[in-house]
Amino acid sequence: MDFQLTDDQRALRTGMRELLERRFPRTRLRAVVDGGAVRGGGLDRALWRELGAAGLFALRVAESAGGVGLGLPEVVLAFEEAGRALLPGPLVATELAAGLSGSLAAGAAQGETVVTALDEGGAPVEYLASADVVLALGPTAVEVIPAEEVARSAEPIRSVDPATPLHRTTPGRTRLDQADRTGQADRTGQADRTGQAGPGRSGLAARLRREAALLTAAQQLGSASRTVELAVNHAKHRTQFGRPIGAFQAVQHLCAQMLVRAESARSVVYAAAVTEDPGDIAAAKLLADEAAVHNARDCLQVHGGMGFTWEADVHLHLKRAWVRAGQWQSAAAAEEELAAGLVSTVETCL
Amino acid sequence: MDLTCTEDEEDFRHRLRAWLAEVLPKLPDRPHPADWPGRRAYDCGWQRMLHDAGYAGLHWPEDAGGRGATPTQHLIFLEETERAGAPYVGAGFVGLLHAGPTIAAEGTPEQRARWLPPILRGDEVWCQGFSEPDAGSDLASLRTRAVRDGDEYVISGSKIWTSHAEIADWCELLVRTAPVNADTPKHRGITWLAMPMDAPGVTVRPLRTLAGTAEFAEVFLDEVRVPVGHRVGEENDGWRVTMVTLSFERGTAFVGEVVACRRVLEALARTARANGRWDDAVLRRRLGRLAAECAALWRLTQWNVSEAQRTGGVPGVGGSVFKLRFSQVRQELYDAAAEVLGPDALDAGQEWVADRLSSLSYTIAAGTSQIQRNIVAERILGLPKGR
Repeated sequence: MDFQLTDDQRALRTGMRELLERRFPRTRLRAVVDGGAVRGGGLDRALWRELGAAGLFALRVAESAGGVGLGLPEVVLAFEEAGRALLPGPLVATELAAGLSGSLAAGAAQGETVVTALDEGGAPVEYLASADVVLALGPTAVEVIPAEEVARSAEPIRSVDPATPLHRTTPGRTRLDQADRTGQADRTGQADRTGQAGPGRSGLAARLRREAALLTAAQQLGSASRTVELAVNHAKHRTQFGRPIGAFQAVQHLCAQMLVRAESARSVVYAAAVTEDPGDIAAAKLLADEAAVHNARDCLQVHGGMGFTWEADVHLHLKRAWVRAGQWQSAAAAEEELAAGLVSTVETCL
Repeated sequence: MDLTCTEDEEDFRHRLRAWLAEVLPKLPDRPHPADWPGRRAYDCGWQRMLHDAGYAGLHWPEDAGGRGATPTQHLIFLEETERAGAPYVGAGFVGLLHAGPTIAAEGTPEQRARWLPPILRGDEVWCQGFSEPDAGSDLASLRTRAVRDGDEYVISGSKIWTSHAEIADWCELLVRTAPVNADTPKHRGITWLAMPMDAPGVTVRPLRTLAGTAEFAEVFLDEVRVPVGHRVGEENDGWRVTMVTLSFERGTAFVGEVVACRRVLEALARTARANGRWDDAVLRRRLGRLAAECAALWRLTQWNVSEAQRTGGVPGVGGSVFKLRFSQVRQELYDAAAEVLGPDALDAGQEWVADRLSSLSYTIAAGTSQIQRNIVAERILGLPKGR
């Protein structure tokens, strides 16, 4: 057992961090935020292609197919960095689609095709207006649909996160939803569109949903770690009563609890990336959501009045954390899955 | 990131499992918690069995009589013994986890030869004389005094929270050998001594905890004479000597209890299904959340152990992060148990109710959560020293 990052994994993480510092520095994040992504703000296609060229969406694609040929742990590390930098865009759906062998999603791996996701669980769709295609995932059905088809039955909402435009879809309008309700997960014709026909399709949907939850958790982890840094940095430099506020235990203990949350989430997110076990993934999503949201809240508190301003980045972490917490596996769903695991365990396996 | 065990590690696990399956059915019944001589005999008997099978001092260095096992092998040992329901380290705790490793690291060859083999064989029991009534979290302010008189130290003062004091042969004792003044900060001037518990002037008084049992004792020292040869390390260097010991405590000290948490959680789920409380979504989700917390504690343990393996056995700062989360989860677990039990949660005869009471010490013992947060803030996050 060696549950630590390998040298290659460390190098990958460093490389990803440096890439984002070059290609998506804070000034570009602020340009997205202040440029008004609220209404129809578009995705930066040039950046998306750069990320594709760097291999972000092809980490798990086989080398023989032009990918990098790595595994889920490496994607998790890369997505953690994306979450840390608040990189906008439908990263999870594009990464998942890059692994599908369909014609509609072709180009996802290179960053040429932008893929967003429709979770039949009801979360709003991100970046729908910028996307080419939509990866729709029901409990058992997988479908890749042209984005304009989904857009016809979707309404833009004023997204709480200024860097993530959101559309609300009308439940029951998509054919996928009907397919799931009538139990026809594998419909002729639709299957051809994704190229994922066959008896393994409902298993495919479950796997993609789990991976989506895990990659979302990885971004939450990155955000949770980043807000620890932001809070600690502020506490070291902000002076009141003649000393840095970080010298006060009340502030120190807030920061310490933030680190505990982030590191607890890290251990279980990384483990889930290795085991791909549904229970581990549910635990990872639950604890990473909690770490991201609560750490952003505490970071805001440590920043005092500055934390309440638009200018500080703290609110961006909190708002993105809220968006992600509602995606793929909510706290309620994760807790129910974990509870079910308690009564179904045959042999205890932590 | 690799969670699979190597062939050697799996081999170790399987041999251990086979041995446990063979010997555990032959163990005598566990003694009553209030039966101290019985507990000593039981715990030492188990240690002797471990010794004879080659499992004593697994994580100790080989030149100290240990097995020189890797941190992962030690983790497997703790995991498997807990799963098999084997006895806890019990009366051997201080000897095997504190005093022994300290003597192994800092003692002379004669001291190692005198004290280490009886610890490994389960022949001698150690207790710990660190905390004092006025020196708890601020351990370095301890005031038990030792005055040199020829070849002996003469010791007077009192210690508290001493487990197994009634049945211990030796006490690893911290004493003040130099007064605190402008030239001597409180961390200097402390000396580490091995004190025989049957020395004249040693009085042990059991301390009843809120759980109603006497798990700890106060130890009063009235001009107790200890040979200078019982000193480990230099005079006035005892604080550093002790820190060598304490770093051992945080690595794997709670592995068994983390494994036990998952087992308790599954038992809670079974009980809740039987008594109908499982239908309450709030309770169900609470147990589901605790399952996630248990998983995180286990993964944190694996993470810390792997880190220790890479750094040559020295546990990292992750110990404080783990302990903060663990002690909180432990208390939440038994609060949830009380909800599962319903009215039975007021029956102190129930095992989970006794465990709930015990769990109240977790955020206090071995460094309070407040002290742990100070450590995290100052040593890991690098925040300025606060007061």
